[in-house]
Amino acid sequence: MSSLPLISILTFLPLVGAALVFGVDRERRQLARGLTLAVNILALALVAALWVNSNPADGGMQFTERHVWIPTLGIEYHVALDGLGLVMLMLAALVIPMAVLASERVRENVPLYCGLFLFLQGGLFGAFTALNFFHWFLFWELSLIPAFFLIKLWGGPQRSEAALQFFVYTMVGSIALLLAFLALFLATGTFDFLKLAELARTKALGPAVDAKFAWLGLGAGKAYLLLFVGALLGFAVKVPLWPFHTWLPLTYAEAPTPVSMALTGVMSKLGVYGFVRLLLPIFPEPMQALLTPLLWLAVATIVLSAFAALAQRDLKRILAYSSINHLGYCLLGVFAAASATGTALDRTAALNGVVLQMFNHGITASLLFCFVAFLEDRSEGARGLDDFGGLRKVAPVFCGLMGLALFSSLGLPGLNGFIGEFLIFKGVFPLVPWAAVLALPGLLVTAIFILTVIQKVWCGPLNEKWARFPDLTYNEGAVVFPATLLMFALGIWPQFIIAVINPTVVQWVRQLPF
Amino acid sequence: MLAWTIYLSFAGALACLLTPRANPRATRAVALGTALAGLFCGLAGAIQFKPVNGLEVITRVRWIPALGIDFSLAADGISVTLVLLTGIAALAGVLFSWNVERRTNEFFAFFFALIGGVYGVFLSLDLFLLFVFYEIAIVPKYFLIAIWGSTRRDYAAMKLALYSFIGSGMVLIGMLAAYAVSGLASFDLQALAQHSFAPEFQRWAFPLVFVGFAILAGMWPFHTWAPTGHSAAPTAASMLLAGVVMKLGAYGCLRVAMTLFPEGLKMWQHELAALAVTGIVYGALVALVQKDFKFVIGYSSVSHMGFVLLGLVTLNEVGWSGAVLQMFSHGVIAGLLFAVVGRMVYDRTHTRDLDALEGMGLTRAMPFASVTFVIAGFASMGMPGFSGFIAELQVLIGAWQAFPKLALLAGVGIVIGVVYTLKTTATVFFSDKPAPAEPHDLDHPLEPITVPERLGAALLIFCTVVVGLHPRLLLDIIVPSFKSPLFDGLRKVAGL
Repeated sequence: MSSLPLISILTFLPLVGAALVFGVDRERRQLARGLTLAVNILALALVAALWVNSNPADGGMQFTERHVWIPTLGIEYHVALDGLGLVMLMLAALVIPMAVLASERVRENVPLYCGLFLFLQGGLFGAFTALNFFHWFLFWELSLIPAFFLIKLWGGPQRSEAALQFFVYTMVGSIALLLAFLALFLATGTFDFLKLAELARTKALGPAVDAKFAWLGLGAGKAYLLLFVGALLGFAVKVPLWPFHTWLPLTYAEAPTPVSMALTGVMSKLGVYGFVRLLLPIFPEPMQALLTPLLWLAVATIVLSAFAALAQRDLKRILAYSSINHLGYCLLGVFAAASATGTALDRTAALNGVVLQMFNHGITASLLFCFVAFLEDRSEGARGLDDFGGLRKVAPVFCGLMGLALFSSLGLPGLNGFIGEFLIFKGVFPLVPWAAVLALPGLLVTAIFILTVIQKVWCGPLNEKWARFPDLTYNEGAVVFPATLLMFALGIWPQFIIAVINPTVVQWVRQLPF
Repeated sequence: MLAWTIYLSFAGALACLLTPRANPRATRAVALGTALAGLFCGLAGAIQFKPVNGLEVITRVRWIPALGIDFSLAADGISVTLVLLTGIAALAGVLFSWNVERRTNEFFAFFFALIGGVYGVFLSLDLFLLFVFYEIAIVPKYFLIAIWGSTRRDYAAMKLALYSFIGSGMVLIGMLAAYAVSGLASFDLQALAQHSFAPEFQRWAFPLVFVGFAILAGMWPFHTWAPTGHSAAPTAASMLLAGVVMKLGAYGCLRVAMTLFPEGLKMWQHELAALAVTGIVYGALVALVQKDFKFVIGYSSVSHMGFVLLGLVTLNEVGWSGAVLQMFSHGVIAGLLFAVVGRMVYDRTHTRDLDALEGMGLTRAMPFASVTFVIAGFASMGMPGFSGFIAELQVLIGAWQAFPKLALLAGVGIVIGVVYTLKTTATVFFSDKPAPAEPHDLDHPLEPITVPERLGAALLIFCTVVVGLHPRLLLDIIVPSFKSPLFDGLRKVAGL
């Protein structure tokens, strides 16, 4: 089993599938959907095989594949998995089929639509496994293309603007990131993440960068810091970190809802993944140097987006701001892990929380968007907070399951949302108490807006317009039920995932230079 | 083998001219055969290419011994790369000119005269010979635009010819001065490159020759011929103009100006880099506000050629190999873009106005064209996986090393490139605007995309993807070229 290049097969499987699905006749919608799901299931099986065959006690890289690609530029085909990669692959393998299943409302050019989803999945698999900058960047950018078209061609009324804004914002960040890594390459001669992290760990990277750019006269550590800021920009846009979030609400609102599922469920995780995999190990010292402003930004992200969500009237926009809010906790955890004082135990708790939160938010947020998609199916696109009311009476199952997802998002213990945030706060509190305290109002406001949603949509007098509102169908139930089970399972028994990520996190913390 | 590309092209030009005007089919067959033969020779030459120390002399025949002029051809990895590009561009050009009905025989005769000249420039080792081929290439360009062109073709053809001649005038002065000052009584590039000219001489000779060539490469602020020329030219000619003729300029900069006067490059390095980056950013900004589809692509060429020039003046090997790769990459991608704009869209809709095209719902009418343009657009904006990315990546690495601030500006240029490419793609092919109410001559269905067009597009897409994913195919022959004796002076100045 281990001799097979499983990761490469996994990466290229959806891409080949996409090519196949593109070729399906426009009118044969069911065939396109069926093919797509078959590829998705195959991919999920492969990820499961990787999961089962991995050695959880070993926190390092497994299933390594390494080939020469462009030797003159230090570019290799280098893929491998550790706990983080494995969890992210699982997330991408789960969310994309959910999004495809939630796309019943899409009638126009289904093969192209489904093919683009597979393309997106391939891009994500590639980006979560690549360990060489060139290779990683290829997939990171590649995943933008399908997302752009999915928004541009199937989105809401302002889709053109949203798609362009989404693409260009991300691109600006990507170019900053690219320039930063080119500079690192010049200083070190390598694009390999592991080698760069090793250099950073031995504190050789900063001096190397300084030496290369000494003639700029910036002073010790400044050039390294500058490169960190460039790289940070790329991921800050993607996650997003306040104030680089302005593209997101429009994009999430205008994208077709299944695409919003993929965007918030997995694509935003690419950004957090970058923080954990690239920024923290490769730029630990600059991150520490800028710790206070970064923490302020994370706190602002958490608190401001919660208030912004409170002010929204469109369900998708509420969920969009709530996504910003939830990923803000991840960033808080990552930054706090770079704090100068603190124990390894606290850092481990914070980073474990970050990875858990990434996975949990991916499941919960995409489930919530999925419910909104079902709601839109019934309401012919209406999704205003005030458009509904009293739905609980006519659609109890729908409301009950969506309520569970909302409570998970709120962080109710027993559901999956709680444990990640709890671990993050458990780690952040001793590391940087002030930031943890300042972020707490975010939790409170989140509770308020989520309860507002429940109250306005489910409770109160029944809006007569929706007296014939159908309850969840079996097909829809088949989509959301497994995810709901997963929410419970992870809430009650998070060890399932922690067992995979903890050894990896422990190893990261050990490798931090402070 | 490589030298045959030149002879075959000129022979093909003659053969095309001799085919009867009434029988365009015969002409096309001859043209296709010539293009295929040229590409085949180029490929075979590239496969056999095993230079001893970077440069391989192919032929050397005394031509005008009294003046030290030889008919000498030689190839290094740079020439081989560009010969391959020319072969690809020629084949694609023929495929996309399949619908030329007017004076077909003359059209292809000029076409192959141009191609022959281009092959000649890329393979000449003698400076005088290089100049002769360079001039040969200018004349057919003029006629191709003046006779088969579209909007404002006389103006565009004249402008292009004048700019070219001014550039060659500058080159000629520099070249003769080098001949006289060196006292070698030879035009042999290798001999001249190994002669060290006095710094004072290089100070003025270098910019003269470099700028003379760079005019043809579309260097800002001497770029204005390019968008007008590209737009007025018939499709195949704009493909060749952007695809290979602009490369002649860049090649001249590298092969003549830089190898002969390396210290001059060192003296003017920062000024030229500033011009190159201005071109990158300015070209992209102007492309952003164009209303004419072809002008968008024309200015994007100026912007992308800025990367070539930037790479050349970085004075390091990464920058140079990036510049050469970018020449290849831009040749392929620009060819593809012009093919979609000129052949697939303009020949069918008879308009290039973006506002007019917006209402036509072209993605439904021409799905193949829209998919091709989307791919070409992503390739052009520097998406990883296409050849443009790995080329611009290397230029940026080189620029980071030499002038970090300008590298940042070039990054800005890339972002603007993304914006105009996406905007144009969205406007032309994916507009939300409903078709206009008044009857338009588009009510009849557009003629479907023909087989030659499909083949041509497939060829160009294949090239950009293969080089993008496996750049070693070209890098492995480009990089050793910088070790050849031609580059001794440059390497010394660069401290390599």
